[in-house]
Amino acid sequence: MSNILAVVEQRDGAIRGVGREVVSAAAEAAAALGGEAHALILGGTTPGDAGSLGEYGAAAVKTACHDSLSQYAPERYARAVTQVVTEGGYGAVFFAATAQGKDLAPRVAALLDAPLAGDVTAVAVEDGALVFTRPVYAGKAFAKVTSEGGVALASLRPNVFAPQSLGGAGSVQEVSVEASDVATSTVVEFQAAGGDLDVAEASIIVSGGRGMKGPENWHLLEAVRDAIGNDVAALGASRAVVDAGWRSHGEQVGQTGKTVSPKLYMAMAISGAIQHLAGMRTSQTIVAVNKDPDAPIFGVADYGVVGDVFEVLPRLAEEIRKLKAGS
Amino acid sequence: MNITVCLKRTPDTETRIQVAGDGVSIDSAGVKKYIVSPYDEMAVEAALRTREALGSGEVTVLSFGDDAVVEQLRAGLAMGADAGILLRGEVTMDGLATAKVLAAELEGRDDALVLLGVKAADDDQQQVGPMVATLLGRPCVTAVSSFQLEGDKAVCLREVEGGMEKVEVPLPAILTITKGTFDPRFASLKGIMAAKRKPLEQKEAQGAESKLTVRGMALPPARPEGRIVGEGADAVPELVRLLREEAKVL
Repeated sequence: MSNILAVVEQRDGAIRGVGREVVSAAAEAAAALGGEAHALILGGTTPGDAGSLGEYGAAAVKTACHDSLSQYAPERYARAVTQVVTEGGYGAVFFAATAQGKDLAPRVAALLDAPLAGDVTAVAVEDGALVFTRPVYAGKAFAKVTSEGGVALASLRPNVFAPQSLGGAGSVQEVSVEASDVATSTVVEFQAAGGDLDVAEASIIVSGGRGMKGPENWHLLEAVRDAIGNDVAALGASRAVVDAGWRSHGEQVGQTGKTVSPKLYMAMAISGAIQHLAGMRTSQTIVAVNKDPDAPIFGVADYGVVGDVFEVLPRLAEEIRKLKAGS
Repeated sequence: MNITVCLKRTPDTETRIQVAGDGVSIDSAGVKKYIVSPYDEMAVEAALRTREALGSGEVTVLSFGDDAVVEQLRAGLAMGADAGILLRGEVTMDGLATAKVLAAELEGRDDALVLLGVKAADDDQQQVGPMVATLLGRPCVTAVSSFQLEGDKAVCLREVEGGMEKVEVPLPAILTITKGTFDPRFASLKGIMAAKRKPLEQKEAQGAESKLTVRGMALPPARPEGRIVGEGADAVPELVRLLREEAKVL
């Protein structure tokens, strides 16, 4: 079996956390196949912590850095990744299913003429082949898929694969890629939203539904998020809330939104429509607060509180603050 | 300026999914209603608004699938598209196989824009748009929530982690549309009547061989029975204790 390449993103001169998850998953799968995991970082310059990926199982960390790659340009990035995969003879390539990964991986798949399993939540090795488990119908069902021949490509859902520090050291190797002058899109501006952390990457999600009564009440959810810490927690929203224009689509959880698997999902005043449940039911722990004791959300919740979110949320923020102050 | 929108027939998002007897697919008997995949419907809306703003050009809806897909193409025509094309063949979870079929048709057309939904509501692969673009050698912007045409380029707002990117792309280009500004219109009765007379071409799809095998399909494991911690704000201290000590998530 040949080796697995983990494509790792960088942001602001450092490796994005999800990259460690992808490298760990690649290392585990490669070990089962009798091969090695390598990491690939693209960009304008090599991030200072590139070598740290060795700890997570990357036997080699390859960096392809070039002025033409200083900003994410999908068509150029796809060609660079494809070149490294082809020259390195890799048997599989793992991406993170982030905005960038979901944009990049399909292009690499088309260039390599190999199928792609998107948003994978489990990787197994059966009979010497990689088997990917991935949600369909926003998580109402899960499919197990294999690639027939060629390179096996997968994008891995953030927050599902635990980064495993193995204490090894990977050598950082610069690889050169050809600059391509392909027609590409150009990012001219970034407009930041409220929180830094995306709902799909957060390990804790505080989500609001129509029972929040209006966007002016979102400060109550923000207070809970901030009490937990906005480096781990993000806000989510139900479809009703997004359709009403209270919150942006980037926060929507469920079918026609994001399918998420955080450590803790808090559903506040969300009744639990089937589309919403599909998108969050694989969360490790689910908390629901709702006035209606018969709300379907209680059917998937580990812990439920029957009550008014306008009374529960301020108390919740307070109790979490106390807990954090005491620990 | 012509625009082609690729759309997919999928089960309604309200559908309760059951696994079929073969263990590798969905039981279609449990699907009461099929729809135009929601993001594809937004892509149709985006194309119609663009045509209306320009005051010229044609919008074509293109799909790959079996004869039943005619229903979804007619729905696109009823919204206001000018013509439909059905490429007949078996759709699989291998988005690259679908992309090859669509690209083979799109190659011979003169579209300034090809629009698709960011992903389909059934397979959720989120890949066909950028694959089609790569096969055709055209630039592609994914997860576009709104866009404007400015001369020979499109200026798009793209949904990414923590905000929006403003992205410029030269035409001809391929955009995948996400939720944002393109709330689909309802077809009028007049539109539905007119759709019956609009051209809808049908032909066999070329080169749809799947290289992604589905080995199994299963429903998510049932969640363990939960419990009601209590009522109102008084239940919060116990809830927080359970989250810390029992669930170990805080």
